[in-house]
Amino acid sequence: MRTPNEVLGEKPSVHEGWSSVLEVAVREVFELMLGCRLTVPEAPSEEPLDITAMVGLAGQLCGVMSIQCSAKSSAIMASKMLGVDPDQIGPEVCDAFGEICNMVAGNFKNKIAGLGEGCMLSVPTVITGNDYSLHSVTDSPVLEVRLQFESGPLVISLQIHN
Amino acid sequence: MNSIRVLIVDDSSVMRKILERSLRQAGVELTSAFQAGNGAEALAVLAENQVDLILCDINMPVMDGLEFVKQLPGVENAKGAPVVMITTEGSESHVVQALSAGAKGYIRKPFTPEQVKDHVLPLLGVKA
Repeated sequence: MRTPNEVLGEKPSVHEGWSSVLEVAVREVFELMLGCRLTVPEAPSEEPLDITAMVGLAGQLCGVMSIQCSAKSSAIMASKMLGVDPDQIGPEVCDAFGEICNMVAGNFKNKIAGLGEGCMLSVPTVITGNDYSLHSVTDSPVLEVRLQFESGPLVISLQIHN
Repeated sequence: MNSIRVLIVDDSSVMRKILERSLRQAGVELTSAFQAGNGAEALAVLAENQVDLILCDINMPVMDGLEFVKQLPGVENAKGAPVVMITTEGSESHVVQALSAGAKGYIRKPFTPEQVKDHVLPLLGVKA
């Protein structure tokens, strides 16, 4: 299986600059809604990516936006959004993480000319656990941004179907 | 400012709580904070309860926010209650559609509590 960069390398001009737009979109959501700044990881993290949120895009851009992090990080994110202690966070962690993905997808498409009106978003889906594989029917390009939330990894991907 | 009754419509319960907290942080005293997960649930709430302000998402299952707002003129308990759309849909056409449907304000997600305050307070007759 090819890496995201290998697939992306085939069409360098189509999505040029989108990775940086995606990173800005993610950073804005965390700064405005959670009141925290994301950093760039200095080294690969051992923390598992055991929660995934996904939002589908359809219309002028078809694809899937996904965000992955650890369960611990997602609980902290939910606690920051709700203004409560992480110990008080229960089932609403999935709702909060899905909403973050939804806002990232919306913020991203609103920054790309023409996509704001021509691209619709699905309601978010959240997967807990990491024992799964995601398969696309085509070798579609993938944009990937790796950032750090507090001490944990945060991986944001946009798989582009057309 | 008199205390008000608000209806918050969003399919995310977390977002509903954030919006309620943002209103309280803005100094809005809430007598009641009704919540609904989509437009149909919101209409059911309005069948039983009068409100003074409605905050509403656009993308929701069952009945979306635009359809909900279009139905409000026939709802007695929503008469005079300004509607503010709060959504990830940020295009100009979405704003135009929302305002044409009867919304009085539009806030794009992500937002700050200050943006909620700046948009909502003037609609309640209070300087932001």
